[in-house]
Amino acid sequence: MHLSEHESPKGKKVSLFITCMGDMLYPETGMSVVEILEHLDMEVDFPAEQTCCGQPAYNAGYWKEAKKVAETFLDAFEESSVIVTPSGSCAAMVREIYPKLFKDDPKNLPRVERIKRITWEFTEFIVEGLGIENLNLRLPKHTVFAFHDSCHSLRHTESKSASRTLMANIENAEVVELESAETCCGFGGVFSVKMADLSGAMLKDKLDSILACPAKVLCGDISCMAHINGGLALRNSDVRMQHLADFLAGSLKNNENSI
Amino acid sequence: MKIQSNHFGQEAAINLKDEALAFAVKKATRKAFDGRLQAMAEISTEHGEQIRMQAASAKRRVLENLPALLELAEQRMTENGMQVLWAKDESEACELVLEIAKDHQAGQIVKGKSMLTEEIGLNDALQKAGVSVLETDLGEYILQLNHEYPSHIVTPVLHKTKESIRDLFIKETGMPFTNDAGQIAGHARKLLRNAFLTADMGITGGNFIVAETGTLCLATNEGNGRMVTSLPRIHVALVGIEKIVATMEDFATLTQALSRSATGQKITVYTNMINGPRRPEDQDGPEKVFVIFVDNGRSKIYASKYAEALACIRCGACLNACPVYHQIGGHPYGWVYPGPIGSIITPLMKGLENASPLPYASSLCGACKVACPVDIDIPRMLLELRNDLVETKLSAPMMNFMMKAWMIVMASKLGYSLSGKAAAWFTNLFPIQKILPPPFNGWAKYRQFPQFSNRSFHSMWKEKAKKDG
Repeated sequence: MHLSEHESPKGKKVSLFITCMGDMLYPETGMSVVEILEHLDMEVDFPAEQTCCGQPAYNAGYWKEAKKVAETFLDAFEESSVIVTPSGSCAAMVREIYPKLFKDDPKNLPRVERIKRITWEFTEFIVEGLGIENLNLRLPKHTVFAFHDSCHSLRHTESKSASRTLMANIENAEVVELESAETCCGFGGVFSVKMADLSGAMLKDKLDSILACPAKVLCGDISCMAHINGGLALRNSDVRMQHLADFLAGSLKNNENSI
Repeated sequence: MKIQSNHFGQEAAINLKDEALAFAVKKATRKAFDGRLQAMAEISTEHGEQIRMQAASAKRRVLENLPALLELAEQRMTENGMQVLWAKDESEACELVLEIAKDHQAGQIVKGKSMLTEEIGLNDALQKAGVSVLETDLGEYILQLNHEYPSHIVTPVLHKTKESIRDLFIKETGMPFTNDAGQIAGHARKLLRNAFLTADMGITGGNFIVAETGTLCLATNEGNGRMVTSLPRIHVALVGIEKIVATMEDFATLTQALSRSATGQKITVYTNMINGPRRPEDQDGPEKVFVIFVDNGRSKIYASKYAEALACIRCGACLNACPVYHQIGGHPYGWVYPGPIGSIITPLMKGLENASPLPYASSLCGACKVACPVDIDIPRMLLELRNDLVETKLSAPMMNFMMKAWMIVMASKLGYSLSGKAAAWFTNLFPIQKILPPPFNGWAKYRQFPQFSNRSFHSMWKEKAKKDG
């Protein structure tokens, strides 16, 4: 259980961590998160000093550079009581890597220890944090969905079960599993640049399984989404993965009256 | 064997184009991966996970107490009538084997499967000295015929198709044409059977050594291990110093974890537990048993932040789970141990400067750690090695420069917001997909470069705040 030390977020103000890729590539996904959280009567703020969690440099081996950027994260969320992000890998970076990065830094370590207990991936926040399993949504007709889980949301957060729970409780929605659902899409940050051909071969297999699946594919992680949708675009396919938050916010708008 | 790991990128690119290889590797790893899951589920997923955790802690206890356990093992094995020798590196290990062969007039040697003997280049050393040596594990025999090295820790010819093995046997051993896998194996069996009966000396590795009883344990499936250790006059086992387990009970846990993880079996077809040479009342068995403990860089790993790597029981589950390995097989890794665990062991044993691409040969997806029967944190160590590359100035200068620039931009709110605006402006204005310079052009080969949004979330939030009052 990755949330055993987490404090209950109920009744507290939520700070959104949009992530650098979300901010620059998918800002509307951030808005979807805000809409859903506000719909659940949460007060949401957005600490304007935030930039990036530092993961790109950390994964590339540049830990000093990562730490420097991570400090800006600690500063930006200094006053926050709860941090929610629509990206499993960034949540895992803060929760699991910051304690290593700052282990010899007595000034920042207490801040890290506090922040790692209040940081949530978006779906695990709703299901595990707020205890809400049903968003009372209804689809106009029976629709089949599948998920691409990011590696971090499979192995470092509770997002796999949380996202399935939320979807299963939508009326008229059915969830199936993708072929080789737990296989990495090949992004891996620096890996996709340094080992472009290998990463491309992994992406090809993932695209094949997505295109072979008749279900609408949703994703809970912004970086996989940029990667996979970029691959689909290059294949001239009309298929795109949609972020779960965007799907939920869209459904919310569609049946505002039924809630 | 000579290390080639710095050519990982080029070799991987070659294998990526080899469709037959990709087919063979994906099929075999999928079968092994599913087999492991099924073997774990058979005893219930919870129990499977408990065995994994027990196995992990058994190996961690060894690491906490390795020097004392090695001494105990030596004492017990000596009491059992085995001769225990120590080799600090590969040349010492090979010399010891050669000396034993010379002392006992052993001109013909049969071998069981052993990754350690691949690591120390034993076959070459023996052949140079005029000693004939024959691999008797079917996979290793195929490789010896084809002058290749293993592409997988457990299933060394995983990269080969049945047809390529058939053609090799026809060419090298005069086998009559057949497409029947059973007949192909039967042909090899006949050839090997003669060698067992005439060999002077048998060489094996060792999967575990039980310290409290002084027992050498071998897990095999073909039965050749039993022949190699019982028919020839002399048996020599070469074992890495990390292969110790404290108790017979730990062995029981670990051999289950090994079999289930490696091949999806409850237990391997043969489990040899060797306690010494032939006793007067025994009907067969070697006159002498030598056990050579080999260090070859292991104590250096033991003293480092990578000690955990020595918990590895060589089951190959991380290879079968790795999406990178699936694409290219084992050879591009460039040394004896491929896949995720190889990407750690190789730089540690052969020097980071001789294997600098390997820590990056992973998307850090973490499937290896989940599959590992002793819960080795492979992604953690890959990251540490990447950091070592940067700290020891082995990283590419271009990369160093880009990361510094990235840090300066990301650590300042102004720099960050300007860079976002610049990226949006630039990607809107120019056909970025076509003009990306290296190393990013590789990225654009497989995906449309992402379109940066004209409005960042930062600016959207400001508008929202204004609207909400």
